[in-house]
Amino acid sequence: MAELKFIPGDSNKASSCCDSSGGPFLALPKGLPQGAPIRDIPAWSVGTHDSGAGSVLKVSTVLSAADKWEHIKCRISAFRNNYAVTPGLYAVGEPDAGADVFVSANYKLSFDHLRSALSKINAWVLVLDTKGINVWCAAGKGTFGSLELVKRITDVQLARVVKHRRIIVPQLGAPGIAAHVVLQETGFRVSYGPVRAGDIPAYIASGYTASENMRTITFPLIDRLILTPMEINPAMKKYYPWFALLILTVFGLQPSGIYFRDAWSGGFPFLILGLVSVFTGAFLTPLLLPFIPFRAFALKGWIAGILSVLVVSSMPGLRMPYAHILRAAAYLFFPLASSYIALQFTGSSTFTGMSGVKKELKLSIPLYIAGSASFVAMLIVYKLLEWKVV
Amino acid sequence: MKYLTRVASLAYDPEKCVGCGRCAEVCPHGVFAIRDKKAAISDRDRCMECSACANNCAVAALSVDRGVGCAAALINSMISGGEPSCDCSAKNGSACC
Repeated sequence: MAELKFIPGDSNKASSCCDSSGGPFLALPKGLPQGAPIRDIPAWSVGTHDSGAGSVLKVSTVLSAADKWEHIKCRISAFRNNYAVTPGLYAVGEPDAGADVFVSANYKLSFDHLRSALSKINAWVLVLDTKGINVWCAAGKGTFGSLELVKRITDVQLARVVKHRRIIVPQLGAPGIAAHVVLQETGFRVSYGPVRAGDIPAYIASGYTASENMRTITFPLIDRLILTPMEINPAMKKYYPWFALLILTVFGLQPSGIYFRDAWSGGFPFLILGLVSVFTGAFLTPLLLPFIPFRAFALKGWIAGILSVLVVSSMPGLRMPYAHILRAAAYLFFPLASSYIALQFTGSSTFTGMSGVKKELKLSIPLYIAGSASFVAMLIVYKLLEWKVV
Repeated sequence: MKYLTRVASLAYDPEKCVGCGRCAEVCPHGVFAIRDKKAAISDRDRCMECSACANNCAVAALSVDRGVGCAAALINSMISGGEPSCDCSAKNGSACC
């Protein structure tokens, strides 16, 4: 392992020496001395391949159990924030100068989707430095962009690796790429491949044309489901502890001190309804998205929220043994909380635009603020009544 | 699934269009159709303002007010006064999506 002298070129580091271009290890990062041992050979690599302009890593097209476990961690935690592969050129199978070149992001999940779709295909994979972000989001930010693509094509000397002049860029990278600029700068013509990497074999089989189906992004149940943990997570971490603290304080506070038993027994139905709001806004609404009436996410979340609150608060043991003012506060606040959390799912959805979300926010934010303020005011009035201050 | 209607900022100047078909190729929501060697907007309300079409239009016949359709990003930008971006929850420029 220690003798290996290749690395997919990460030329992020400024080149400090004049590079003797044309040497056998062109893909070597320019900052590193030639012949420096590679410390970490990725587990998903299966050897090396001569690109004609240096040696590059050959990657496996089979995802290991470890890869799959990492993918799960990406979906449920901050693990994904540091899940990257080194940018540069890679080989799949035994590509030659006529093989296709597929462009990808350096988020390993994106890279894995691509390589697992390329089994039985000999191809080059050009990984851009997108700071570990997936193709679509990075394209939106511009890190999956023309500038970076042009730079990578030049850095790996793609013109020496292949004799044709076509690169296949994932369609969802298009918001960051200007195909005509790339052509002008590098001579490589961009073909936009299908939205889903899994459609690549069919795309190739149909003569590099994508059907309307391959071109269109959908948002099926399974995709919505996969995205919900990262909705529940922040809601539980960011909002719920503060909410619980408020509720326990309100119910436990007496002129003579804080009573923990009162805090718990009095606050319990509210704490449950808080959980119900998170569950409804972050899980149920995304899951049932196409089936809940209206298009605005805020409205969908509110409808799901009021229904959940009505159902849960009518369950035995969870009936609110509260004064009217508390019941009113609950029916006011919890559907709004669910609505707010559901609105956050616009960020995960595949079809919401900025103008639409802005419109929703303009209408809903004043309601959230007014609703929350009224909720707190009603709790205070309830305490004052209880203490017979008023 | 469709989002709010009549909000998309997509603007198209058919005069400039040379009918290359890139917009129809890159649009992930089938907003464009190519008719008589010219692009036509066939379903404007599906536009999510990703600007893939405008970016890939060599003759600048398309323009769109590009931005993230993400409530968290927009709320953050309202609070911080910055541009809405996906760098919402994490430190050091890492992102949520």
